[in-house]
Amino acid sequence: MREIIKMIVVLTVLSSFSGGLLAAIRGGTKEKIEYQQLVFVKGPAIRNILEGCSNDPIVDRFKIKDGDIERSFFVGVFDGKANTVAFEGVGKGFGGDIGLMVGVSIDDDKIIGMGVTTHSETPGIGTKAKTDPKFSNQFKGLAVVEPYKIKPDGGGIDAISGATVTSRGVCVGVTNAAEIYKRLKPQIADKIKEFK
Amino acid sequence: MAKSITQEFVKGLWDEIPPFRLVLGLCPVLAVTKSVENGLGMGVAVVFVLVCSNILVSLLRNIIPSKVRIACFIVIIATFVIVVELLMQAYTYPLFLKLGIFIPLIVVNCVLLGRAEAFAYKNGVIASIADGLGIGIGFTISLTALGALREVFGSGTFFGISVFGPSFQPFTFMVEAPGAFVCLGLMLCMMNLAGNK
Repeated sequence: MREIIKMIVVLTVLSSFSGGLLAAIRGGTKEKIEYQQLVFVKGPAIRNILEGCSNDPIVDRFKIKDGDIERSFFVGVFDGKANTVAFEGVGKGFGGDIGLMVGVSIDDDKIIGMGVTTHSETPGIGTKAKTDPKFSNQFKGLAVVEPYKIKPDGGGIDAISGATVTSRGVCVGVTNAAEIYKRLKPQIADKIKEFK
Repeated sequence: MAKSITQEFVKGLWDEIPPFRLVLGLCPVLAVTKSVENGLGMGVAVVFVLVCSNILVSLLRNIIPSKVRIACFIVIIATFVIVVELLMQAYTYPLFLKLGIFIPLIVVNCVLLGRAEAFAYKNGVIASIADGLGIGIGFTISLTALGALREVFGSGTFFGISVFGPSFQPFTFMVEAPGAFVCLGLMLCMMNLAGNK
């Protein structure tokens, strides 16, 4: 009996000690890990969209609560003015969700750039949404109002040949981002003042 | 029977060098040695976990009841593995992405459990540190050597720097899974030849 109690006590103490240690380390590294993930996963797209900004958009970021979700916004400073935000939208593609970053200038509500971050599209065809600047540049300068559509659906975006579903998915993603922007505009304008 | 600390340390570098002499922990050896960088990174992670778990096991060797010792060892090893995983994620994210699943898999690496069971559970703290360092560094050297061999011939680079110039046609077979087996086999063969003199 004594042996069993000893076994239980030792294992319990060991496990709880280990749990405590891990919780402490996790707490200590959480922010750092989040930052690293941003730099390596979304960083390239953010930098591409906010090209020429004078700050580090990954450091200058803020969060806004949108219902149950917290959304991250990355601030771009141009000519000494923090007037641009980049944030994420999601659309449904051919192989699953397409995650994309959209940069919007808050002065005139225009899209300044769009880049696909995560996707599982067909290599060589659907992946052009991410790699072909000709496609993503079409969104530059568009106003954040209409739902975006590809030409066959009555919109103004040239679809990637052979990847209509992907192109449509990207349009849905940008529309989704535009809706988020319209919904959260007051909070965004409010928060961005801190970065001036 | 008692060996000096130096002997405990040195044995891990040649006499008991894990993948080649003990032929233990082969899964990461075969899987992550596509490049020198990966091999070295994996090796360093293993050294850290091995030394920490050896210290803790040998400190607690009189408290841990022998019937649940394996469970205790696994808890200790798993804890340090997660510590390494979190630290890698926080500070060397690209390496973490490359090693991926093989970091958590250190938990079930025979080298670690083997050292805890065969050495740290029976010896003092200082000897256990020496043993952990020796075996760990031996493991790192093996991984780095294998990684170097495969990277140099398989992609024509060393630490990502081209060694043969652009005209070299990479021997892609070496960075594929079968290349790992062939390389390991050849290195084992060389080690045995050298050791049998």
